[in-house]
Amino acid sequence: MSKVKAKKYTNFWERNRKSGGYLMRRTMMGYGVSICRFILLFGMCFLILQPILNKISVSFMSEADLYDPVVISIPLHFTTENYWLAAKIMSYGKSLFNSFTISLTIAILQIAMCTLVGYGFARFKFPFKNFWFACVILVILIPPQTISTSLYLNFRFFDIFGLVEAATGSAINLRGSVIPYYLLSATCMGLKNGLYIYMIRQFFRNIPKELEEAAYVDGCGTLKTFFRIMLPDAKPIITSCFLFAFVWQWTDSFYSNMFLGSTKLLSTELYRVVDNLGVYINRELGNAGGQGMVSVAYSNCILSTGVLMIIIPLIILYLFAQKGFVESLSSSGIKM
Amino acid sequence: MKKQKNKLAGLQKRKAVSGYLFVAPFIIGFLLFMVRPLVHSLYMSFSEVELGAGNFVSHFRGIFNYNNAFRVDPDFNRLLTEEISRMAVNSLAIMVFSFFVALILNQKFKGRALVRAVFFLPVILSSGVMLGLETDNSLMANLQTSVETAAQGVNITDALKEILRTAGVGVRAYEKVFEVIDNIYDVAISSGIQIIIFLSGLQTISSSMYEAADIEGCTKWESLWKITFPMVSSLFLVNWIYTIVDFCMRSDNAVIEKIQNTMMKNMNYGFASAMSWVYFLIVIAIVGVTSLIISRRVYYYE
Repeated sequence: MSKVKAKKYTNFWERNRKSGGYLMRRTMMGYGVSICRFILLFGMCFLILQPILNKISVSFMSEADLYDPVVISIPLHFTTENYWLAAKIMSYGKSLFNSFTISLTIAILQIAMCTLVGYGFARFKFPFKNFWFACVILVILIPPQTISTSLYLNFRFFDIFGLVEAATGSAINLRGSVIPYYLLSATCMGLKNGLYIYMIRQFFRNIPKELEEAAYVDGCGTLKTFFRIMLPDAKPIITSCFLFAFVWQWTDSFYSNMFLGSTKLLSTELYRVVDNLGVYINRELGNAGGQGMVSVAYSNCILSTGVLMIIIPLIILYLFAQKGFVESLSSSGIKM
Repeated sequence: MKKQKNKLAGLQKRKAVSGYLFVAPFIIGFLLFMVRPLVHSLYMSFSEVELGAGNFVSHFRGIFNYNNAFRVDPDFNRLLTEEISRMAVNSLAIMVFSFFVALILNQKFKGRALVRAVFFLPVILSSGVMLGLETDNSLMANLQTSVETAAQGVNITDALKEILRTAGVGVRAYEKVFEVIDNIYDVAISSGIQIIIFLSGLQTISSSMYEAADIEGCTKWESLWKITFPMVSSLFLVNWIYTIVDFCMRSDNAVIEKIQNTMMKNMNYGFASAMSWVYFLIVIAIVGVTSLIISRRVYYYE
């Protein structure tokens, strides 16, 4: 009986009439919303993408095209030479590998530590908690530039409360190695780590307490509760924090210049790409017996190519990590 | 019975201890790598620093540097007020923009993954080396202007501005709004992180809540205010603080630029430290007051 009834109103207009115009209105609303959304998103995406599109078009131009007033965005002499040149100057393969390993290890270390600390601040009561949390805020607020000189001195003559000096007679010189940066990361003092702590804490505070209590009642210890119950729920925020940590480490030049000066990284290489281009061109021409100056336009062209080459790996990473964002609490059983 | 009581007291103690253990990495790091540099720079701000061969020599000069910053230096006061008023307008715009975008990106539509990837780009573009390189790339600036001149015939903002100006109501408020609209690229570029934070918050709201509200006869508008807002309110606080800090600390901020120049070019460490301390105290005060106001309205699931 019901099957027959359902078949009777398959026509849209008939169904619309039966619902008293409601169906029509709803469909129209749906279309209206998606059209508005499309226009808005298209505009905003274009806004963000436009500089990158410009860079892409420039990166395929030959040097003659840059001075040609007729050529604006579509290259006349299509060439991939810029990419090869930029890759050569930045020693792309090597610095890509270095950047990748360092960013990955640093990001994992930082996020692991910040998650622990953030959880501690969100869920435990202990004496002086507010004082320590104020310190976290302080760490967020102080830009690294102001303390860089003292930090430098600190690592030049590294010592833990004079213990090392008492044992071996002199302080250790940790500058020029990777250790200081790993130490900073392991103790939540790296790039923007206060922020990660704060974000993760806010997130944990919003997870219902019942989840935790149930775990305690069932005999889970503190650590086990953290790893088995709370950590899976915090996946979205941990994924986004990890992405931030990775990206910021990838493009960071300040800490890299300070601690990792001898290691070839993409960010530091990009920083120097214009100077290195001049050196490279001069050397090439010098062999032929002439003196050459690099024009501003051409060096900027190489710079844009370099920027594109540093961005591309990050976008690929983002596409992989995106799945992590879609996880949601609704799978955890307790309804918020 | 007695054993039971002891155990309860022990539980609280144990929780406090494990709390400290969780937080320990931060405390160690703070004591080792933060306190000393901070004290050092505070001391420098009260003294005159001379660079010797490989080392510092500093003479204590009292509040000489602070006096210099406020009463002698011609730029500092002006830059400070300018940047802070710019921050107030921009931060509000960034918050509204990022929440709005996050709401849209949380809906289901075709090509969502692509759009999300595009909105992730600002996180990359506004960080580290990119920021500095972007500003002094003259080739890109040329391209930009040529595109702008080509599109000059269709400037909607100017037309709207004309209409509203002739209407003549609340001109100053309009001016602020138009200022934000003209700088929409800056707003979009600096709201990448905020969008992602909001998105991650929106995703944790279980859909059953919306379903229940829908059945009870809630409209979409009402459920936005009654469900979405309270559930992500803690992230509003995060984003607000982040926005202010990011705005005040990024390297193209005029005050930070001045501090950097004084420190790196003029080698006047004492004066630079004094200026940065004044600046931080002001920023901390702003963050403190505003976050106190916001945190009153934050709803925690506790």
